[in-house]
Amino acid sequence: MSELLTPSQTVGPYFSMRLPWPEGPYVVAADRPGAVTIYGRLIDGAGDPIPDGLIETWQADPAGRFAHPDDPRGPVPDGDLGFRGFGRCATGHDGTWKIVTLKPGPLPFGDGRTEAPHLDVSVFSRGMLDRSVTRIYFPDEDEANAADPVLQTVPAARRHTLIARPAEDGYLRFDIRMQGDDETVFFDL
Amino acid sequence: MSVSDQGLIVPDAGKFDLPEYVKPRRGNHPPLDSPAYKSTGLRHPKQPLVLLPHRLTEVTGPLLGDGLISMQDADLTTQHAGEPQGQRIIVFGQVRDSGGRPVPDTLVEIWQTNAAGRYRHAREHHPAPLDPNFDGVGRAITDSGGRYRFITIQPGSYPWGNHYNAWRPAHIHFSLYGRAFTQRVVTQMYFPGDPLLPLDPIYNSVPDDQAKTRMIAEFSIDDTQPEWALAYRFDIVLRGRSQSVFEEPHA
Repeated sequence: MSELLTPSQTVGPYFSMRLPWPEGPYVVAADRPGAVTIYGRLIDGAGDPIPDGLIETWQADPAGRFAHPDDPRGPVPDGDLGFRGFGRCATGHDGTWKIVTLKPGPLPFGDGRTEAPHLDVSVFSRGMLDRSVTRIYFPDEDEANAADPVLQTVPAARRHTLIARPAEDGYLRFDIRMQGDDETVFFDL
Repeated sequence: MSVSDQGLIVPDAGKFDLPEYVKPRRGNHPPLDSPAYKSTGLRHPKQPLVLLPHRLTEVTGPLLGDGLISMQDADLTTQHAGEPQGQRIIVFGQVRDSGGRPVPDTLVEIWQTNAAGRYRHAREHHPAPLDPNFDGVGRAITDSGGRYRFITIQPGSYPWGNHYNAWRPAHIHFSLYGRAFTQRVVTQMYFPGDPLLPLDPIYNSVPDDQAKTRMIAEFSIDDTQPEWALAYRFDIVLRGRSQSVFEEPHA
């Protein structure tokens, strides 16, 4: 018999007193070889920026592994021990956020299939009583994206909302739209 | 599965089992569209959600540990030269999963108003005094039994713009990671007997009445520190693993 969970509540307008920290957006330092900047805007149903939002990302390392006891492949080999895989960024007055990270590797799905490189994303803000969960996929992975077991379950017409777009300076752009014509795909976790 | 030279279990041909985390019971969490809380209107998804299976990215999560915090982070009354105004309280409890297993080594972050109901934040305009000796932010890591403990000040109530004469009941915001992406939760701790609770659309956004009471701390005379501070117990329950999967307890 499982217990009732502690319910989720909104982060409210003042989470930035505590939750952001200066290095939060930097999963790796910006000058690390291979560092990629993913940025975008968080947008509400009226098309307006959400200036009091919080974006969190979680991902595998470039080898597709996690330094975590529940990764059945065991401990991450030495070179990647410094990679935390977790990013956190509050949105600015114009709804923008960014994460500087390394591109994750592809992941075994557990049944012989392979997941394309991706980041899991949690979206929080005032007016959100629970987080919304989405994923960021990469635009240079057409083949892997087409074979991805999660993307395959997303209606074809909406898949593009989960794939970052190439932007200037080698950045990747990923806008998160809570509602509207191009509403981002959100997941039931 | 086979066993490597280092004694690690190596999945063959990329096939392996992973823990599955239980789905919250219906009504346990608030619906994202809760009209009584007006700001949810433009900020909730309208399209159907897509089911996300619990695979490697979901059953792992950031293990944010010691490097981030110091002892002082858990005592909000000693972060400045002087003592803050207000009623000193101890807020403590256990973080466990819905299967009853303690969740050790997990980051607990809190933020709250001062005794007058004022947050230390640039966008906060409630005309109540700031307290130069109180920031209202804390951090702790749970111990091997999933336990945490903060020393802080009883927060105040404050007005907000949701509807005419709206006041938030006193609360402390809590943010937790657990040990997997599936377990992440941000919640609010409320105080027993607060007359504003029945009037608050955020507290009352939770449909299940029993689940709602999980957010109310319990006054504990046994845990007060005589001559010094009152105490409230606030246990936090995160999603557990479904029972069908064989699992080893966390070391």
